[in-house]
Amino acid sequence: MMAMPDAIYGGHSGVTSSDKPLEYRDPNQSVKILGFWLFLATDMLLFGCLFATYLVVRTHTDGGPTARSIFDIPGFTLETFFLLTSSFTGGLSTLAMRNGNKKALVSWFAVTIALGLAFIGLEVHEFIGDVASGATWERSAFLSAFFTLVGTHGSHVTVGLVWMFLTLLQVAKRGITPITARKVFVVNLYWHFLDVVWVFIFTVVYLSGRVM
Amino acid sequence: MPSGFMQFADKYLMWKEGPMIWGSDVAILLVSIGIVFVLTYFHKWKWLWREWITTVDHKKIGIMYLICALLMLFRGGADAELLRTQLAIPNNHFLSAEHYDQIFTTHGTIMILFMAMPFIFALFNIVVPLQIGARDVAFPYLNAISFWLFFFAAMLFNLSFVFGGSPDASWVSYPPLSELGFDPGPGENYYLLALQITGIGSIATGINFLATIFKMRAPGMKLMHMPLFTWSTVAACVVIIFAFPALAIAIALLTLDRIFGTHFFTILHGGNPMMFVNLFWVWGHPEVYIVVLPAFGVYSEVVATFARKRIFGYSSMVASLMLISVISYFVWAHHFFTMGAGADVNTFFAVASMLVGIPTGVKVFNWLFTMYRGRIRMTLPMLWTIAFVPCFAIGGATGIMLAAAPADYQYHNSYFLIAHFHQVLIGGVVFGMLAGMYYWWPKMFGFKLDERLGRWAFWFFNIGFYVCFMPQYALGFMGMQRRMYTYPADMGWNTLNLISTIGAYIMAIGFVFIVIQVLYSVKYGERDLTGDPWDGRTLEWSLPSPAPHYNFAVIPTVTSRDVWWELKEQGRTDELKPKAEDIKPIHMPKNSARPFFMGLAFFVAGFGFVFDSMWLGFLGLAGVVACLIARALEYNDDYHIPVHEVVETEATLGRLG
Repeated sequence: MMAMPDAIYGGHSGVTSSDKPLEYRDPNQSVKILGFWLFLATDMLLFGCLFATYLVVRTHTDGGPTARSIFDIPGFTLETFFLLTSSFTGGLSTLAMRNGNKKALVSWFAVTIALGLAFIGLEVHEFIGDVASGATWERSAFLSAFFTLVGTHGSHVTVGLVWMFLTLLQVAKRGITPITARKVFVVNLYWHFLDVVWVFIFTVVYLSGRVM
Repeated sequence: MPSGFMQFADKYLMWKEGPMIWGSDVAILLVSIGIVFVLTYFHKWKWLWREWITTVDHKKIGIMYLICALLMLFRGGADAELLRTQLAIPNNHFLSAEHYDQIFTTHGTIMILFMAMPFIFALFNIVVPLQIGARDVAFPYLNAISFWLFFFAAMLFNLSFVFGGSPDASWVSYPPLSELGFDPGPGENYYLLALQITGIGSIATGINFLATIFKMRAPGMKLMHMPLFTWSTVAACVVIIFAFPALAIAIALLTLDRIFGTHFFTILHGGNPMMFVNLFWVWGHPEVYIVVLPAFGVYSEVVATFARKRIFGYSSMVASLMLISVISYFVWAHHFFTMGAGADVNTFFAVASMLVGIPTGVKVFNWLFTMYRGRIRMTLPMLWTIAFVPCFAIGGATGIMLAAAPADYQYHNSYFLIAHFHQVLIGGVVFGMLAGMYYWWPKMFGFKLDERLGRWAFWFFNIGFYVCFMPQYALGFMGMQRRMYTYPADMGWNTLNLISTIGAYIMAIGFVFIVIQVLYSVKYGERDLTGDPWDGRTLEWSLPSPAPHYNFAVIPTVTSRDVWWELKEQGRTDELKPKAEDIKPIHMPKNSARPFFMGLAFFVAGFGFVFDSMWLGFLGLAGVVACLIARALEYNDDYHIPVHEVVETEATLGRLG
């Protein structure tokens, strides 16, 4: 590992102090966490626009499949269960990182990835079923917006899985350092964010689609 | 020639389109050969690669942005001259209707996305780290990625002219006109992909500069000590991160419609074209504030420096910047009052549009009060600033007229609107960017731009501006609509159109003078040996021109606003000169070629999707992913400059205290 520099390129935003969580101690790393929060703000707005579009065209089914006819309650409930649980285990991995417990960190990462894979598997299964029944995104504006909104979330989750796996490899190889601690923290921020987005998809898309 | 080649030439190279395409082909070929020849002849390839293409130094990235912005100002300006030539006389057939559509599309898109945006990013990069006492931005590697995404997106967009055809659905590209059914061919795809790629870079820049300003200020520099250009960067970056995602979604969904057959904005199958219009302007209106806020920052610096006074009403300047950045988000529907959203919605957006004028007015009064009883020096930056005030005031007044929703039904999409937004965008943004370029040019290159030639440019450009655009207000009232490629002789528009075209030519002469001025000044411009050629007030003027690549050998401690000016007043400037014993190893980011390759991969992906070539598109995206993974696994991306090297550099500059 490289020597911890006393300062970032600007050189002064804070001294290394031990009363902060590990991922925040090195100013070179904590500035990246701030940057990532700002990125999440832009990503939230991205989803906001997709939600707005979905809400505008959700009833524009053009005589094709409707929300009520394609949303499968056991399917999306199970997806929700997997994703929300993975967010919890992701949180446990952050906790393990702060406790300096590398083994627990790697294990919780593995569990989180497994749950994420289960979520993606179910979603792909759901999409394939929809398409097979003629509910393709070329069919109507509603389906275009549905597949794009939920699919954008799904592709985010996929990116998150690859990213978490890469982070796992780095932790396994390098241990818990200020750099890997920051990486663990940031990938978990991303993961929790996707969880929050899913809560809105669950409510705005699936639940409302079944009852409204 | 083989018939296969001729088919290719007809379809993609558009050789049947006539001399403009041939001329461009020849020009591109000659310029490319010229560049290759010069680089090879002078053995500069390695220099180009090491010093520029792989650099992560904010000062060099800023200079590259500036060069691109000036080139794009030329391209967009050439478009404008063609449009005005076509409109000079009635029933003109200098351009066909189709070419006219393409040219007003590229003119608008280039001026906003590929001229104004890189111009403000140039100034962010060159100025902000120096003003806040930092050695680089928070994420130098990401900064390089932003630049190369912009660069390759601009290349992709400009390529459309000679390969496949330019976009022709205007810079707003409203569906259903811009949907596949009405606008087949690659042109519109070029527009969508290029904007998507440069938009990603812009979001990254917004994040980068916010993190830089919040986390990397010199010790002691409180937020209310920051120079106003830095504050304007904060305001613009806040708007960037709130607005650009909406553009990303608008054009992504339109791209899905065109390439993957979805129905977001089509007329068929339940699509809603007005949703695009809303999303587009949720970005589009804040966008004009994104480009004008940094210009306001430039004016604040220039006025204080050349009136030799503290800026009047600093706190209200900051407050108005932040207010503008918030209100700018609530005015978008004034671009389509005629949509039929109803009186209540239109009233909300009309009132918000008028409200945004209030903080802007506060700023104008503050600039005027700063000049009041100041000892004003009429340098080039100050000239452009003074010219800005009346120009922007007229533009603002006509903006209030347009913001009145009922009256807007009369002005909507007429030449009145064209005159209005050119007045605020040229009078606000272009004047501001030129003022900023003149002001910080010595800091970038170590010499001033020639004052005399600059005055010629100034007067030609300004007089040309009024001659060009004042008649357009009248033409709007007389019923002339925007985007019409020709008009009958009996409308009573002939004289005013001819005058307007003459004005556009006069502005072109002004631009030519700027080019001459730059070329002349490279050799004969007054050299800046002190680092403080304007008797400035803020930290960047405490450094030599150009600044060493680590900027500050020792990071200064800031105790007040306008700290450099205070130290000069108190005769304490030597305190900012580094002492050899205070110098420590300096932590710097390493150069990287990856941002360049990432931009290239995005270019390949964009090019593939433009021509519906999925394999090429996904190949490019795979390249992007490869770059991301390589970065994730990278650990040695920084180094330390040893003390003796810094001491030597500072000694050579004669700055060791």
